[in-house]
Formats: sequence, structure tokens, C-alpha cells
Amino acid sequence: MTPEPLAMIELRHVTKRFGRFTAVDDVCLTVRAGEFITLLGPSGCGKTTLLRLLAGFETPDEGAILLDGMEVSHLPPYRRNVNQVFQSYALFPHLSVRENVGFGLRMKSVPAADAGPRIRDALAMVSLEELADRLPHQLSGGQRQRVALARAIVCRPKVLLLDEPLSALDAKLRHAMQLELKHLHRKLGLTFVFVTHDQEEALTMSDRIAIINRGRIEQLGDASEIYHKPRTPFAADFIGQANLLKVSVAGRNGTTARVRLDNGLELTVASADLPVDAKSALVSIRPEKICISKARMAAENVFAAHIEEEIFQGATDQLRLVTEQGTRLSALVANESAMQEAFHEGDRVWCGLHLDDVVIVQAE
Amino acid sequence: MVLWLVVFVVVPTAILLVYSFCERDEVGGVVFSFTLDNYRRVFDPVYLNIFARSVGYAGLTTVICAVVGYPVAYYIARAPEALRHRLLLLVMVPFWTSFLIRTYAWITILKQDGLLNGLLHSFAVTAAPLNLLYTPIAVVLGLVYAYLPFMILPIYGSAEKLDNSLIEAAHDLGAGPLRAFSAVIVPLTMPGIAAGTLLVFVPAIGMFAITDLMGGAKVPMIGNVIQNQFLQARDWPFGAALGVIFMLMFAVTYLVLQRRGAALAE
Repeated sequence: MTPEPLAMIELRHVTKRFGRFTAVDDVCLTVRAGEFITLLGPSGCGKTTLLRLLAGFETPDEGAILLDGMEVSHLPPYRRNVNQVFQSYALFPHLSVRENVGFGLRMKSVPAADAGPRIRDALAMVSLEELADRLPHQLSGGQRQRVALARAIVCRPKVLLLDEPLSALDAKLRHAMQLELKHLHRKLGLTFVFVTHDQEEALTMSDRIAIINRGRIEQLGDASEIYHKPRTPFAADFIGQANLLKVSVAGRNGTTARVRLDNGLELTVASADLPVDAKSALVSIRPEKICISKARMAAENVFAAHIEEEIFQGATDQLRLVTEQGTRLSALVANESAMQEAFHEGDRVWCGLHLDDVVIVQAE
Repeated sequence: MVLWLVVFVVVPTAILLVYSFCERDEVGGVVFSFTLDNYRRVFDPVYLNIFARSVGYAGLTTVICAVVGYPVAYYIARAPEALRHRLLLLVMVPFWTSFLIRTYAWITILKQDGLLNGLLHSFAVTAAPLNLLYTPIAVVLGLVYAYLPFMILPIYGSAEKLDNSLIEAAHDLGAGPLRAFSAVIVPLTMPGIAAGTLLVFVPAIGMFAITDLMGGAKVPMIGNVIQNQFLQARDWPFGAALGVIFMLMFAVTYLVLQRRGAALAE
């Protein structure tokens, strides 16, 4: 029997209000030791407040925060064994890279003989050894980002908090840093709590994602689960693109069920996620799951449509489809090579959908 | 700009410099000649003592202004915006009346049968009235009162620009309030402290009205001496020489401070 993995962070019914605004609303969350968890949501959803509660910059109005089994709800940040990488990096402008990285060790009165090698290791970890004597304003954005990282990990915290650390970088550098962060996470084995509004970042990097909306966790799960099985309309809409359709339940047949749109289009879905007494539901179809062909294919769901609009996106083509019944759907196809079928505006096509790709988001 | 400099800086300084090498006739006129006598007299121990005393008083004033002014400036800078503007206004309100009037107000507070002694007496804190006015304490109090805003405003300026996330980062890295203050907040507001020091120290050395009124003209400051040379003693050349030395002293102080500041900014 394997022992239950240790909970590094535990939030128990945590609520935080600012005046009459509830930023964090009764949130419960358990994060395992060594996990990379992402708090994902739009701006103002409460994800940053959650992070600040973990760091100790805010204290909860209700509920408790446990860190490695110890209650820390009202402990000031300088007594918590967590470190944060700030969105603005917050490097001390009057200190060199080395002094910035060594700041935490100095505050904890780590003897110089011990601090020196640790600073060197941390700088090596982010490949900044040569720039140790520079001042922050002499560094590029990406380099500052690395200093902020080194400064946070040199103290060997139990949890590393990252507040949208990549948002100020350009797209290329952001991708490189995503991978680097992931490697760092693997190498250090620390618990990472990463805050972002960028769904792609969340999907690429995290072990688990918590989708936050209006101060609550809408859905918690790994990247694939979050993407393929959205549980709320918000989750379906916020992550990737989704065709959200209102349907009524037309009939059941063992493991499958028939649902019907107002305009008559009928789809077959898996009945497992559809409660027995459900009369209507909201279904989500990811654009890339719609299989498109000039010839009629064999599938659970097959319907005819014509291409109303074609939007070139580089590697992919976005197609706006209109079914015979008049339902508008967005579909994504890989930009075809000369060997494949080509689709253009005005073409009549057949659409195929596997029943597992019609996801029940909500049922009533 | 050039014209402005010529009219307000170059010409007055040149006149002062020329006068400082001249001689005085019996009735106090200026006789154009070339002599170093005035400068020799400046280095007479009597005047050196006065110089030293002035520097001491101004230094003490500066330190007190910094200690009292820093928390005030920092608090204002961290206050919510609406409150911040109101508090700043309060700092500047005293400038709306003549500083002579404000100094006389202090005299009525501090004198033997003044407000403070009256209060102390009626609450039976002291048996006999305290001798406050015309003491060094009164002089320093007057100087601190007059120059405190000049310390508060520049410190406010740099404290307001201080990024709050830097303070949070310090706490995050294990610095308690005191360590965060000494390791991050003070170094980052140093430009404000330096500017405030200059703005308080320099005029405080030369101040003569407060030292006259509140010190009872018992302990002359360099400002009083210079004023006397031009008014009572009618020895303009000597006054000018004192002024030139005085100016050189500031120039050196300023250059040293600036060099330090530049080294810090590196």
C-alpha cells in the first residue's frame, strides 16, 4: 500500500473580502507536495488574492490555511517558508544580482561561508553566473525574470509562488521560460503554485489546474480533464474555444442518449454524464473535434453543413460552419498539405463527431 | 537660461568676490584695492568658533528634522490618494504666513509667562516657570520648526515612488519590519533624504532671524555675523569674505554629497 501523498497546502473554506467585494469565496483546495498547480482565471477572479493569502500578504477573513500541516493563516510573510516570484519581479534596484539573490539568506542570517555557494548554485540553476555583479536595470526582461526566480529558490522554500511571472515577456521568450520553469520544477521537487490568466501556459505547465471565477474554484483537474471534460459553461468557454449548444433530451438508449437542438439537429451523446431526470443540457464541442470531409463518413454523429467563412491562422484554418438546420459551429482543421482535401468558403461538407466529443457541461 | 544665470548667479557672486578683496574706509564705504586681510580675519579663532557652532546647530537641526520628518513623509506617501493630498497641504500651510510671524508665535509660547509655562504651571507639572526662550533649545526648536517641511517634501517624493512590491518582496524573503526598513526602504529613499539634508542644512547654517529672535542674540551664528558686517558694522568687504568662504564650504559639501550619490547610483 502506498502512503497517501502529503498535503503541502491545504485551504479550508477560505474567504477574503475587501469591503463589500468578496475576492475569495469559501475556497477549499489541497495541493500535494511537489505538485505544480496553476490557478487560472480572468483578471479580478481572485487568483492573485489566493496567492497573496498563501504568501501572507493578506489574511483570510474566514477559514484556515495550512502549510505542510501547520496553520499559517495569520503568520506574517517573513515567518512563512514560502517564496514568491512577483509579476513585476520586484528586484531591489540598489542591489546587484548577487545581493538580490542573497537577500533572503542575509535576512535569515545564513553564514557567508554557506550563503556563497548557495547563491552560486541558484545563479547557475538559471544560467546567470556571469551577470552576478550587474544591477537589475542593466538586465533584460528575461534576465530579470531569472534573477527573481533564483532569489526565490535560494531560500529553499516549501512552496514557490509565481504571480504571472511570464506575462511581461514576449511570446518567444515566454515559451522558452515555460519549459525552463517546468524543468526547474522537476529538478527542485518543490511545490509550485502558478497564477496566470493564460490558458495555454496553464495547459502546458501544470500537473493540475484550478479554474477560478468570481472567487470560487470552478473546476479542478489535470490539463486533459480540464480541456476535455469542462464541468461548467465558464470552464468550457475560458479554456480553448468551445461551441456551446443548448439541447433538450430526446431519449435514452443504454449508454447513449439523443439530444436535440431547437432547430432540429440531433446529436448522440454518452449518457453517463447525463442525469436520469435531466430534461435539458448544455453541451460543449471543441472546434478541432469536428471531423470534416467531402465524403459522408461513418460516425455516431454525422451531419451536413456548408462553410460560411474560412479564417487562415497559419498552421490551422478556422472554419465557420452552418448546418442544414441553421446551427453555427466553429471548426478547426490543420492547414492541409497538397495531399489532403482542401476546404474553402462555400463548400458543402460532411461533419462527423464522436459521441465522447460532445461533452455535457450542465444538465437540468 | 544663460541670461537668467548671468543676472541672478554670476553677477551677484562676482560682486561678492570683488568686495571680499577690497578695504573699508572710516565711514563704511568700500574702497577698491586688493588685500587678503579680510580672509585672514575669517580664520581668526573667534570666527572659526562661530562657524563650528553654526555647523553644529545646523547639523543637529538636520538630524532632528530627518528623524521627525521621515515617519511623517513616509506615512503621507503611503496614505490613500485623497488623504495624501490633504496631508501634503497641511505640511505646506505654514508657508502661507510670514515665517517672522510664526517665529514670534513661538516666542509667545516659550517665554517666561508664555503659553507653555502657563500650561505646565496650571497642571502643577513645574513649580517655577522654565527658562526656555533665549536658550540653545529654543534656537534648535525654531530651526527645526522652520525647516521641517523642507525635509518632509523631498522624502515624500522618493517614498511615494517606492514600489510596494519591493517591500512585500523584502517581507517575503524573511525581512521583518525593521530589516525591511533598513535594508530596502531607507536605501531606496536615500535620494529624498539627501535632498532634504541639503535643503535643511544649508539654509539652517546661514539663518540669522531665528537665532536672533529665539536665541536672544546671545550666541551669534555665522548668519548673524555676516548680517552684522553689512548692517551694524558696515564692513562690507569682511562680510563679503565671510560669504565667499561660506559659499565655498557649501560647494564642497554639495560636491561630496553628489559624488556619494553618484557612487550609490552606480
